[in-house]
Amino acid sequence: MIPDVPGRLPAAFLAPDTSSFVEFLGRHAPEALRQLAPPPGSVATPPTAHATTIVALACSDGVVMAGDRRATAGNVIASRDIVKVHAADSHSAIGIAGAAGIGLELIRLFQVELEHFEKLEGTTLSLEGKATRLAGMVRGNLGMALQGLAAVPLFAGWDLATGRGRIFSFDATGGRYAESEHHSIGSGSYFARGSLKKRWRPGITTGEAASVAVEALFDAADDDSATGGPDVVRRIWPVVAVVDADGYRELDDTGVEALVEELVASRRAGARSGGAVPEVGGTPL
Amino acid sequence: MSQPFYVSPEQLMKDRADYARKGVARGRPVVVVAHADGVSFVGENPSRALHKVSEIYDRIAFAAVGKYNEFENLRVAGVRYADLRGYSYDRSDVTARGLANAYAQTLGAVFTQESKPYEVEIVVAEVGVEAADDQLYRLTYDGSVTEEHGFVAMGAAADQVTAHLHDHWSADLDLAGSVRLAVAALQQAPGPDGTGREVPPEQLEVAVLQRGRPRRAFRRPSVDEVRVALSGG
Repeated sequence: MIPDVPGRLPAAFLAPDTSSFVEFLGRHAPEALRQLAPPPGSVATPPTAHATTIVALACSDGVVMAGDRRATAGNVIASRDIVKVHAADSHSAIGIAGAAGIGLELIRLFQVELEHFEKLEGTTLSLEGKATRLAGMVRGNLGMALQGLAAVPLFAGWDLATGRGRIFSFDATGGRYAESEHHSIGSGSYFARGSLKKRWRPGITTGEAASVAVEALFDAADDDSATGGPDVVRRIWPVVAVVDADGYRELDDTGVEALVEELVASRRAGARSGGAVPEVGGTPL
Repeated sequence: MSQPFYVSPEQLMKDRADYARKGVARGRPVVVVAHADGVSFVGENPSRALHKVSEIYDRIAFAAVGKYNEFENLRVAGVRYADLRGYSYDRSDVTARGLANAYAQTLGAVFTQESKPYEVEIVVAEVGVEAADDQLYRLTYDGSVTEEHGFVAMGAAADQVTAHLHDHWSADLDLAGSVRLAVAALQQAPGPDGTGREVPPEQLEVAVLQRGRPRRAFRRPSVDEVRVALSGG
């Protein structure tokens, strides 16, 4: 064995070992695995930015995931344009709710984890495999979750093996749950879930699903102070991502703005007339 | 007590170098060609699964000839090096130059300290925003590094292949043109009967670092795409 010398690749790098980046870090660079260990002796939770409401729903040819843009620290708005929904890899999306710093780091690590496997093995993980890895990483954060720094992801992607979109939710202990229709996480999720339940139907198209996702976020923002609604003054819109057979893509600002305006107009009309809220039609993507 | 035979350091290094060079020269050739749209990698490789060309990071790729298990170790180490660095700092802090240095130190240490040198030759390539920013580093079994411009050939009959590239390469080639040039160069390597031969598209491993692609520039064109490239022009 060659001794480790600065500038040279350490022997551990050259050894046949795991294809998991997280395991590699744990063994050879634990200091880089910042968020997987609680700070020693800390009990009080420092003031932390919190991310809220993510929704995901299955549609006829994929999945749609959307997230609002607000982060709060106590009663203060910490950010108006935080991005909580990201591409995990070419065919999957991840959103986070909870402690924003932990959640965003979890996303970054998960992205490297998937790409690392893909490069070393020459093939991508199955969608189930990706969800299992993510569950393991969430469980690794349990120590900090117990101290109040919990972050929980929502994962959705295109299953290349079965040719359909799927959604996975998680709890802080690393429990992994397949959701067949729709799901929401975060402090506004109670209100978003009611909205999703009412508007989702089997065979919903991608365009309709995007519209329903935006409406669910709107309803969450209506009742949850930690969830941000569409910011028409600064023109900050929710992030709406679609994953289908062609892969991950995000709707551009113009597309989301159109969905928001249609929704706001219909709500306003409903409020003026005092009658029932008219249905919002789906805008084709 | 018997005296060990004395071998001069010069002789020892020369023997090791000869040994490694022979191992590399047995490997089927790989050609790396920089062009207007990126960097192309074309190698003779009948295997679909065991690659000689691989993605290391967003804009960095790796090509190798020689002993598979040895360059595979180096490839895996390179991916770990790049992912660890990119995760600890930023994706833009991972560079081909840094990786080439790490490989050079490693190969140099193995050459002088291990019982047997690595029988490999590798190229680390990075595609830039402009063609002028492209970087090609060639590393040999003893840890020597050279920065190449335009093209590199490694493996069997590297001299003939390089000579062909030298005579026909130009900076304004496009992707298809670079693949045609690379295949023509590979066919300069004499076949089993001592003459040049055809290399069918199914026997080629082709990869490209494509300039302008967002984030991950590396991709592997399909056999059909290679066929189309070869039939054009």
